[in-house]
Amino acid sequence: MPKVTIDGRTIEVPTGTTVLDAAKMLDIPIPTLCYHPKLTPFGGCRLCIVEIKGIPRPVTSCTTPVSEGMEVTTSTPQIEDLRKTVLELILSDHPNDCMVCERAGDCTLQELAYFYGIRENRFAGERRIYTKRDGNPFIERDLEKCILCGRCVKVCDEVQGVGAIDFGYRGFKSKICTPYEKDLDCEFCGQCVAVCPTGALTGKLWAFKGRQKDIKEIDTVCPYCGTGCNITLHIRRNEVVRVTSREDTWNEGWLCVKGRFGYKFISSSDRLKKPLIKRNGQFEEVSWDKALDYIAEKLNDIKSKYGADAIGGLSSARCTNEENYLFQKLMRAAIGTNNVDHCARL
Amino acid sequence: MFESKINLEIKVCMGTGGIAAGGTEVLAAFDSALKERDIQAKLQMGCSMHKVGCRGLCAKDVLVDVIINNSKSTYQYIKPEMVQRIVDEHIVGGNPVADWLVADDYHNFYKKQVKVVLSDCGNIDPENIDSYISAGGYKATEKVFKSMSPEDVITEIKKSGLRGRGGAGFPTGVKWEACRGVQSEQKYIICNFMDRAVIEGNPHAVIEGMVIGAYAIGASKGYVYIRAEYPLAVERLKLAIKAAKERKFLGNNILDSSFSFDIKIKLGAGAFVCGEETALIAFIEGQRGMSRAKPPFPVYQGLWGKPTVINNMETLANIPYIINKGADWYSSYGTEKSKGTKVFALTGKVKNTGLIEVPMGITLREIIYDIGGGIQGDKALKAVQIGGPSGGCITPDMLDINVDYESLAKVGSIVGSGGMIVLDEDDCMVNVAKYFLSFTQAESCGKCVPCRIGTKRLLEMLDRITKGKGKEGDIELLEKLSSDVKAASLCGLGQTAPNPVLSTIKYFREEYEAHLQGKCPAKVCRDLLTYYIIEELCKGCGACLRACPAGAITGEKKKPHHINRQLCIKCGACFDVCKFKAVGRE
Repeated sequence: MPKVTIDGRTIEVPTGTTVLDAAKMLDIPIPTLCYHPKLTPFGGCRLCIVEIKGIPRPVTSCTTPVSEGMEVTTSTPQIEDLRKTVLELILSDHPNDCMVCERAGDCTLQELAYFYGIRENRFAGERRIYTKRDGNPFIERDLEKCILCGRCVKVCDEVQGVGAIDFGYRGFKSKICTPYEKDLDCEFCGQCVAVCPTGALTGKLWAFKGRQKDIKEIDTVCPYCGTGCNITLHIRRNEVVRVTSREDTWNEGWLCVKGRFGYKFISSSDRLKKPLIKRNGQFEEVSWDKALDYIAEKLNDIKSKYGADAIGGLSSARCTNEENYLFQKLMRAAIGTNNVDHCARL
Repeated sequence: MFESKINLEIKVCMGTGGIAAGGTEVLAAFDSALKERDIQAKLQMGCSMHKVGCRGLCAKDVLVDVIINNSKSTYQYIKPEMVQRIVDEHIVGGNPVADWLVADDYHNFYKKQVKVVLSDCGNIDPENIDSYISAGGYKATEKVFKSMSPEDVITEIKKSGLRGRGGAGFPTGVKWEACRGVQSEQKYIICNFMDRAVIEGNPHAVIEGMVIGAYAIGASKGYVYIRAEYPLAVERLKLAIKAAKERKFLGNNILDSSFSFDIKIKLGAGAFVCGEETALIAFIEGQRGMSRAKPPFPVYQGLWGKPTVINNMETLANIPYIINKGADWYSSYGTEKSKGTKVFALTGKVKNTGLIEVPMGITLREIIYDIGGGIQGDKALKAVQIGGPSGGCITPDMLDINVDYESLAKVGSIVGSGGMIVLDEDDCMVNVAKYFLSFTQAESCGKCVPCRIGTKRLLEMLDRITKGKGKEGDIELLEKLSSDVKAASLCGLGQTAPNPVLSTIKYFREEYEAHLQGKCPAKVCRDLLTYYIIEELCKGCGACLRACPAGAITGEKKKPHHINRQLCIKCGACFDVCKFKAVGRE
């Protein structure tokens, strides 16, 4: 366990810990853009540079493992000056249209620009132009806002195992591309949207649905399957406008396309809210008691006429384990048949 | 003449330059001319005709050596139709064709050179392993496997003082020693592409260097990164690897020892950044050629996480010669800290351009005036740009500095990739900086912000300045951003890309200032030029009027003409066409 001294404070950390993580343990802030705790370090944004005694040039704290006796300084006038230059360079190739950006108020780049007080830009010049064009209903790519931190590429490869996007081209023209620059055509899990530190990747479903400050967050469990991912519903005016997941949950903040984007049913006008019984070709709204009585009566009729094995039960992956247990109990004990199955087995 | 014993050898220069100049046809012409005269049959001893790799002076291609009984004559600028006369007068008649022989400048070009890496280039047939072996090839491998332990090899290389020829100049023996010291079941050695001429002229030297290096560090697999755009180099390397395997210098149980080592070729698609070792590793792993942060250093965790030594082609090609002739011999060349020789590509406004190999510590003056033969048109030397796109400029008052790692670094330049571009009074230094930066910017891998966007902004500022749109403070901003890009970039590409800017500002600040005042002193930057007719000199011949593509010139015959500045596109056609020097520009 090497000992490291950061800004005069010493800490012992497990072998392999990076300088950035060690600083976090000491609650010493270091600005980052491309760093993500769940992804392999990239070292591209250069904001987390620090001075390490004995190394002649600034090094990125996110990529440098701690070694015994290392002495780190996280902030010097020279380091802050370099960080400011780097931020100015990023912003010189950024639309800076925060007033209409989906991520305003929830954007790492915006926050850093605020803290470093960047208003005038010494390096203003050509900007990359990108026309939005993806036809999919989930993910909006606005590559003009992309800072090429590579988080989306890494999450797609390292977490999702898909590799739908990667870096393309070189120099100033570098950008994140799909193969042959075709429209994005992937699983649409939206993990890339979740890790993007700017407004380059956003969900189409929540465009213009409200700023983060007006949103109430409710933690719950995703109802789509037995996995039971923890999700956070973002609610504005009693409407779910976005779904995210927290990193400190057991699913580590990762979601699939259903959990992240499949929430429109909640406030859909077609959603069934009360039981309906079809009589003479017409649906009639009834109470739950009436509906359950009706079902029980029909099941009993079938059972007495044709026997219990004439009845089969099919349960849903959207039910919890407990619900599925109760369902098979109902089929076996109450109805008296082993004809019970589950849609996820098909 | 053929009654007595005679040895005839014809060597035709067939590097890429030689082939482009018609080397293949010249060799074919010799073949048919000799067959026609049935000379081969008349020879009692031997006649050999073969291709050789580049000998450096491609400007004089096709170069042909005719060696009769150890007496060598070298011809320059040979075309196929000239071959018959050489055969008739020289080979049959015994009198060399004096008109076509190389002159003093050819000999001067080689006089101060010391060839180690290139010693066999241009002499041996690169496609024939026996040609290399008869010149002493693979003796070093035999010596190593017979009588040297890996530690002995490392000690010898350390003692020779050999340093990496790729740019940074890290001691090769120290690198090998570090990698040898790492415990791992699998290690790799990678040969980084740089010297097309070495691979085209003597591919076996590189293979031998790799085998010895692999033996020293304990690697069983090697990769040669080579650019697909150089098909001749690829072809010759493939042939050489195949031949070396057949003779057991490579492959399983090399020279019947227990050591096995194999080489794979990895073809690259021309990415400058892949010269950076971590980007090269990523490329060989099948990833995009993007640099990775160090540490960990490749000798500890390189290719696929295994200890890896990456050496440059030129570095590796030195190894067999050091093993053969000894560390003391090698370190007798060079300066205290920079030993041996270095290959440079001497180009620009110098009379003899070409590939040269000089002992470390030679003065720049000797290179330019003795080897290079001075400045073309005897114009004034303005600067020498050394070290490739990331190098720096050196001014005429520094011509007597020693060319070695330390001395060049001291004046803001680098040995780098060994580019050496001579600039004269007609070159604009702002434009030169712009030229190099446009290359490095386009080759940035895009990973880190300072390199990807910083070099773009530097390039934009330089572009503005050359177009007369620079403003006060631009020079200071260039300096500031350059030093920030150097300090904050991830890899060697970004850390050195601003060098041409900083070095030209350092030595030619007044030229930058002149541009801000709207003048380009070298008269290169088109937007800053004004063309006008000097009435006293104009004869009214109408040549400029006819040459002007914009219809900007008017005037009656035999009367002074006039340039309409509103219409003038500053192409310079009038300036070039006027015989009376009546077109002025400033």
